[in-house]
Amino acid sequence: MRVQTLEGGFSEPAMQAAQAFRAVMDAMARPGSFQTLNGATPPAPLSAAAGTVVLTLCDTDTPLYLAGALDCAEVRAWISFHTGAPFVAAADCMFALGGWADLMPLSAYPTGTSEYPDRSATLIVEMGTLSGEGHSLRGPGIRDTAHLSLPELEAFQVNHLQFPLGLDFIFASGESIAALPRSTEVF
Amino acid sequence: MYVAVKGGERAIENAHAWLAEERRGDRSVVELSVAQIREQLSLAVNRVMAEGSLYDPDLAALAVKQSRGDLIEAIFLIRAYRTTLPRLGASCAVATEAMACDRRISATFKDVPGGQILGPTFDYTHRLLDFKLAAEGETVSAPTREAEPAKVPHVTGFLNREGLIEEAPHDDTPPPDLTREPLEMPAERSLRLQALTRADEGFTLGLAYSTQRGYGRNHAFVGELRIGTVAVEMDIPELGFAVEIGEIILTECETVNQFTGSKTEPPQFTRGYGLVFGQTERKAISMALVDRALRWEELGEDNVGAPAQDAEFVLYHADNIQATGFLEHIKLPHYVDFQSELELVRKLRRDAGAEQIQEAAE
Amino acid sequence: MTDQAYNFAYLDEQTKRMIRRAILKGLAIPGYQVPFASREMPMPYGWGTGGVQVSAAVLCPDDCFKVIDQGADDTTNAVSIRSFFERTAGIKTTTSTKAATVIQTRHRVPEMPLSEGQILVYQVPIPEPLRFLEPRESETRKMHSLEEYGLMHVKLYEDIARHGHIATSYAYPVKVEGRYVMDPSPIPKFDNPKLSDSAAIQLFGAGREQRIYALPPYSRVVSLDFEDHPFEASKADHSCGLCAAEDSYLDEVIVDDVGGRMFVCSDTDFCEARRAAGHKGKDAA
Repeated sequence: MRVQTLEGGFSEPAMQAAQAFRAVMDAMARPGSFQTLNGATPPAPLSAAAGTVVLTLCDTDTPLYLAGALDCAEVRAWISFHTGAPFVAAADCMFALGGWADLMPLSAYPTGTSEYPDRSATLIVEMGTLSGEGHSLRGPGIRDTAHLSLPELEAFQVNHLQFPLGLDFIFASGESIAALPRSTEVF
Repeated sequence: MYVAVKGGERAIENAHAWLAEERRGDRSVVELSVAQIREQLSLAVNRVMAEGSLYDPDLAALAVKQSRGDLIEAIFLIRAYRTTLPRLGASCAVATEAMACDRRISATFKDVPGGQILGPTFDYTHRLLDFKLAAEGETVSAPTREAEPAKVPHVTGFLNREGLIEEAPHDDTPPPDLTREPLEMPAERSLRLQALTRADEGFTLGLAYSTQRGYGRNHAFVGELRIGTVAVEMDIPELGFAVEIGEIILTECETVNQFTGSKTEPPQFTRGYGLVFGQTERKAISMALVDRALRWEELGEDNVGAPAQDAEFVLYHADNIQATGFLEHIKLPHYVDFQSELELVRKLRRDAGAEQIQEAAE
Repeated sequence: MTDQAYNFAYLDEQTKRMIRRAILKGLAIPGYQVPFASREMPMPYGWGTGGVQVSAAVLCPDDCFKVIDQGADDTTNAVSIRSFFERTAGIKTTTSTKAATVIQTRHRVPEMPLSEGQILVYQVPIPEPLRFLEPRESETRKMHSLEEYGLMHVKLYEDIARHGHIATSYAYPVKVEGRYVMDPSPIPKFDNPKLSDSAAIQLFGAGREQRIYALPPYSRVVSLDFEDHPFEASKADHSCGLCAAEDSYLDEVIVDDVGGRMFVCSDTDFCEARRAAGHKGKDAA
């Protein structure tokens, strides 16, 4: 096994996972807010933030879909070693990981059922950059409006219209994340 | 002047100290050892293992000691410990047909291959208090003979040969895990059986009894009841085969139930099944009756509205740790809610009083 | 000092991940009850196992933790839960609402408005607001999915017909963001308005019933009512005997056996802070 596979996990799993989760939770609870997230040093092209999200939330119980360039031997080996998450197709995943274009189409992912809307995928989107300039966000978790540089507009509007069904998104760039749950209206 | 109550911490510490003292009882009486409980109160230990869902006679005996003999409290201690254990793997299904039986009886046939073995049962004891046991203690030893190494086939297998009993096809689908996933309805049979095997003995007994008295009657015969030791095996992927990792004592009950057929099934005997850790036959028989009652839907029977037929009712109320916790929590302070009720009742009474006065005036 | 025999905050990491995933889905679908595989905790169901599991999943080593029961920090079960986390997580604890970053509560919302950066964790006995109208989970789940809440309105309306008022004084049902009807836990209805538009994250844990739900900050939470019978956040019509507060929820304390009684703040931290600032009620020394 390559050294790179074995390294880059949490050095203090309980403490680092707790801190990382708080950042992810704050991001999801306050759509459009930015949180610093680090602790993992995953192999390229996975960002530190996205790798930390994976270590924080994924394990043998969470089927994971890898899209595009992230579906490579190094990333697979690293995630397998550190989390044991099984790799599956988009339709069966609980989490998906990839660049925006690679993750398409969104119709491929489970959006939950009317009785169990929580049985839906969370997409971890690798972004080149992430900024507070762009589309406007409104909804639970947002005092008035927030702003986030989303990769596009319409897909998120369609997603929101399905509420309470839908997908939830975590955007990662470097050591930074922001989130967009299905409850957020985008305009 | 009013001073609010303080010192919860000290009160709790003192309560725990007193509890420990009461547990020990009179110090001039010899203290019980865990081994004594394990060996001499073994049926209590078995119940704690069964409903605690953890096969460990020493820990169960310790729990009985720690809980002062309150078995639900002991079961709780075991459950809370069990939940912290890492899950290293899952065993293969145990082969109860290969059980080394201490007890094995069938009520449906006078004699069966493998024989009727009474074993260590209370069944024919006269329930007379044994004052000699109090005065002199116990010194008896039971006669022994060589065990017969032959396999003891399941009684239901004989009926199966004639096609008189429903098939129970072999199924290797991994069952859901009640302890790792939230209970959801509808619950398939493997999940129901998991819930029943750890269900409260008294609750299961009461439900089973209710079916006998007509609340979802299912005409059960004890086709077979067996108690004995089985080997537990585990697949070791690195070896490519299963190895024996230990032995456990189980009680298995298969009921044979009369069934005149339904829209979907021909007339034939049907099955109820009970399998419980340790020597726990009251529980295993009860479990088999309740299992059979819960199967009304898949057998195309009528739901007569009996409690034992109602899977949601049975499964959501069978766990004594959940039940006792919620029941006993009403002794915790509720004075905030009570205050809001007080205000409401006062307001409703004021309004009602005002109305009466007005009516009297009119 | 942390008890080294256990993992940080008692639960193993896999269990925490499972709870954390449920919390995220709860935040994404405000008011919806997410099923989760609640674990057996070393305290009984009904003593706050849901809240304890949620707290264990969100607590960080640098958090400052407050626990209240009936509004008070020194009620026995609050003391017990606080010492559980002191022992298993080694975290700082406090009785000050202002200083706390995570507050676990049973039956009350603190009087002081919470701020961003704070998390309020509610202990929930029966998370299903429709449960006492329909005991079957299979049915109530369907009702939520179809947004079929007629039964609840009928119940409230029957109250009005019979008593002239809605006869629910605690665990008063709310509607979240115009979609899910939610049980706010058995807080007095006086506290209901505090749920709406709060700056804090509010998390609800029901251990025995295996449900987690959540309110992100600034969620719209509306207590169910009728145009001609609007919701009213009522309390005892007195002021606090110790701090003279007019606007806090009061406990009624029986002081003798000849009908003597007084009213004091249920939120002990709120009352103490007011007294420290010089406010004095009629029963204060």
